[in-house]
Amino acid sequence: MTPRRSDRFDTTPPELGDRRGSPYTPHSGAEIDDMLAAIGVDDVEDLFDIPDGVAFDGEFGIPARSEREVERHARALLGKNSALVEFLGRGHYEHFQPAVIDDLSRRSEFLTSYTQYQPEIAQGFLQALFEYQSMFVELTGLGVVNCSIYDAGTALGEAATLAARVRSVTGDRVLIPTNMVEGRQSVLENYVAGTDLSVAAYPMDDGIVDVDALSDHLDDDVAMVYFENPSVTGRIEERVADIAALATEHDALTTMGADPVSLAVLEPPGDCGIDVVIGDAATLGLPASSGTGLGLFATREAYLRQVPGRLVGATTDTDDRRAYTLTLQTREQHIRRERATSNICTNQAWIALRTAMHLAWLGPDGLVDLASTCLREAERLATALDGLDGVAAPVHGGHHIREFVARVADAPALGEELLAAGFAVHVLDEQHIQVCVTEVTASHADALVDAVAEAIA
Amino acid sequence: MSYDQARWRRDDAPVYEPLLHEKGERTVRPADRDVPLPDELVRDELTLPGVSEPELARHYTRLSQMTYGVDSGPYPLGSCTMKYNPKHTERIAALPDALVHPDRPDEHRQGVLEIYVRLQEYLARIGGMADVTLQPPAGAAGEFTGIRIAAAYHADNGDDDRDEILVTDTAHGTNFASAALAGYDVVELPSGEDGRVNLEALRAAASPRTAALMLTNPNTLGLFEREIEPIASIVHDVGGLLYYDGANLNALLGRARPGDMGFDLMHYNVHKTFATPHGGGGPGAGPVGVCERLVPYLPAPHVRRDGDVVETYAPPNTIGKVHGYEGNWLVLLKAFAYIERLGDAGLLDTSAMAVLNANYLGTTVDLEIPYEPYHHEFVASAGDRDAAELAKRMLDYGVHPPTTKWPDIVSEALMTEPTESERQATLDQLARAFNAAAADDDETVAAAPHRTSARRIDQVAAARDVRLSWQALTGE
Repeated sequence: MTPRRSDRFDTTPPELGDRRGSPYTPHSGAEIDDMLAAIGVDDVEDLFDIPDGVAFDGEFGIPARSEREVERHARALLGKNSALVEFLGRGHYEHFQPAVIDDLSRRSEFLTSYTQYQPEIAQGFLQALFEYQSMFVELTGLGVVNCSIYDAGTALGEAATLAARVRSVTGDRVLIPTNMVEGRQSVLENYVAGTDLSVAAYPMDDGIVDVDALSDHLDDDVAMVYFENPSVTGRIEERVADIAALATEHDALTTMGADPVSLAVLEPPGDCGIDVVIGDAATLGLPASSGTGLGLFATREAYLRQVPGRLVGATTDTDDRRAYTLTLQTREQHIRRERATSNICTNQAWIALRTAMHLAWLGPDGLVDLASTCLREAERLATALDGLDGVAAPVHGGHHIREFVARVADAPALGEELLAAGFAVHVLDEQHIQVCVTEVTASHADALVDAVAEAIA
Repeated sequence: MSYDQARWRRDDAPVYEPLLHEKGERTVRPADRDVPLPDELVRDELTLPGVSEPELARHYTRLSQMTYGVDSGPYPLGSCTMKYNPKHTERIAALPDALVHPDRPDEHRQGVLEIYVRLQEYLARIGGMADVTLQPPAGAAGEFTGIRIAAAYHADNGDDDRDEILVTDTAHGTNFASAALAGYDVVELPSGEDGRVNLEALRAAASPRTAALMLTNPNTLGLFEREIEPIASIVHDVGGLLYYDGANLNALLGRARPGDMGFDLMHYNVHKTFATPHGGGGPGAGPVGVCERLVPYLPAPHVRRDGDVVETYAPPNTIGKVHGYEGNWLVLLKAFAYIERLGDAGLLDTSAMAVLNANYLGTTVDLEIPYEPYHHEFVASAGDRDAAELAKRMLDYGVHPPTTKWPDIVSEALMTEPTESERQATLDQLARAFNAAAADDDETVAAAPHRTSARRIDQVAAARDVRLSWQALTGE
């Protein structure tokens, strides 16, 4: 018999009345007695079938706190983050979040529902996900968009395993650029570690894909070519169709890393021969959230049965009205188990809901204008920095969206001085910083230029 | 939303709510909007919904009303732990100080790192583990992380012949899929007659090829694996590792810890046990706890205290990254707030009331429950009825039905987990829904649901004629 533990603790949060324990268990003492009598036991502890040898009799040493105390504690801890204006990007961005997103996405039916395995009482969420899929079909030019992968890195891993499953692809090598968003390569390497795939890098030239060098790296042993557009340093890729054509020549898939803002103005990747688009769709829908993301995954209809993750499809109900349901679930782990296309179960659905809301709130004109702003502000800030003695920006040619690299005499020292002045930029190496500006930080750009001028003076 | 509410406005249209683009759509030509890029890089057109903010508010409000959440009523989905999601954690996750970029230098994001290190410590104590990584963004990602850690550990020991992972036949589908994704052969263990691990079958399967056994405890039938100590010995004796699937940890909070049972590594489902909202499928978080000898293999960056500050570092034998950044921070922050709110006393009460509720509901449901004694969940059998059909009928009684037709070892399974959030009266309502559905005639059940916002949905047609976007609906 397990020892009784109900009196191990003295802490009684004041709002609990006659019971001690969790503020979120609604039972009264009398109710518990009545339930125990119905079951036919004397004590709740009698319901546990835990052998003495493995029973835990200790304490965690975590004091219970009131709601006010928890919030005060969290505020105090979070207050240790410095107050900085962040000119940071490289895969994670801050865009203005309209109030409707927080307000509507937090409606508790959305927030507290589970995966839509009973579609008759989940039509609302299913429709919202169907709308998310549809808007990204438009943005990517690809016919199949799933309801989400965790983030861009894991979506890239899924793209590689998709390439390995597609029968027309024969190779085992995944080619990635030497310079890409940090973290994604390491995630990819974990995803392919248990497969026959290996990862190799091809060089970049002036901040974008070195297409000639890529051509040299390509042979029939390549399964997938990955590149990012914009590149990790913010430059718009200029030879998307050439890259895709090269890969196709060698029966390899082409996967492009993208984001929903640049997709608004660029040629739809599906029209340029791209087979898979991955990326962080939470660029819209979430503020900068310490890396919390939304893995975009879009591909061609030809690979429909090999797609990882959940898909929402349209159908009808018995009243012959349009309705929605999760579909092609035989691809998924709860049915196909070790033969599933992926192990993903829980995904990022609620963030997909928010991203769809953000896209709908912007509309096509608002989204295109946001992309234009990100192009213009990057150019404006680069020009201003380039005007300072000892700064060259951007170091790469072509067009930049949101961010660019600047060359300076002593990047680590400049980075420190800027932090002291209340600004954060990326310090890439001894002589390079990277600066990211969006509509949110644009109003601080002049102050950043002044701070750089002062720091290097 | 009720049947009538769903229909009141749309008697003339074959939809419950128009799609966004049906409410308004605009096409713009970026070239006409002065986009500062050369024409050859720019798309010709972009067509997206164009609706006003008031229309958006109505649209999403209506969609929310056609969605059933924990706040709508009982949600006894077995293995999903659909407990109440406290509201205060949402406010904390929205604090401006929580919304920072992950590439700040460590000394300028000490707030984030402080919460990470404290949550790591809390979870380590709760699971009886030496250390915890918060990076895996979901339970399945945690499983994959754990298996990658096991693989790296075996490889470091020159143990290259371990190519099998043992999984019980009652295990979650993700266990099989995660093991396969990591490159292992999956060996399925048949359960014993009592619904638990069959020690003979385990002895027969365990070998020098065994990398790990993945186990849920209590298992998906709600049964505690009483023989966990011999199970651990069998696995450890052949050099394998014991992996704990944390999906059912809610049953054990404060009463038993995987680390004390001999588990070497585990994942936690914070969106189950620690009350972060499921959000219609995610985001969740799947932190992984490990014993001392596996700490060097944790994903990088890992977080640790160094005197008065908190720093990130790469463990010496790290497996690398399993998420592009450091996981689902906003979810982890909510779990931190929940654990601090409950403390020891609240966590202990949580497992007590979760198990009390399942047992009380089990006694009031008129269906056979073949395996006992169960803890936080039970698996009832619908007998000669179809479990999925009964579930549809339960929708008419205003509740969310249980998980159906799984695990396979119970015929027509109804896997039921009421959680600690319900009181007696709600459980009585749930039991009436079970019993009324079971008593209804076949014709009524087959035509169910009748009172939901949409009627029975044709899933076969959805898979036959696949339409995944409104672009695919043209010509409807």
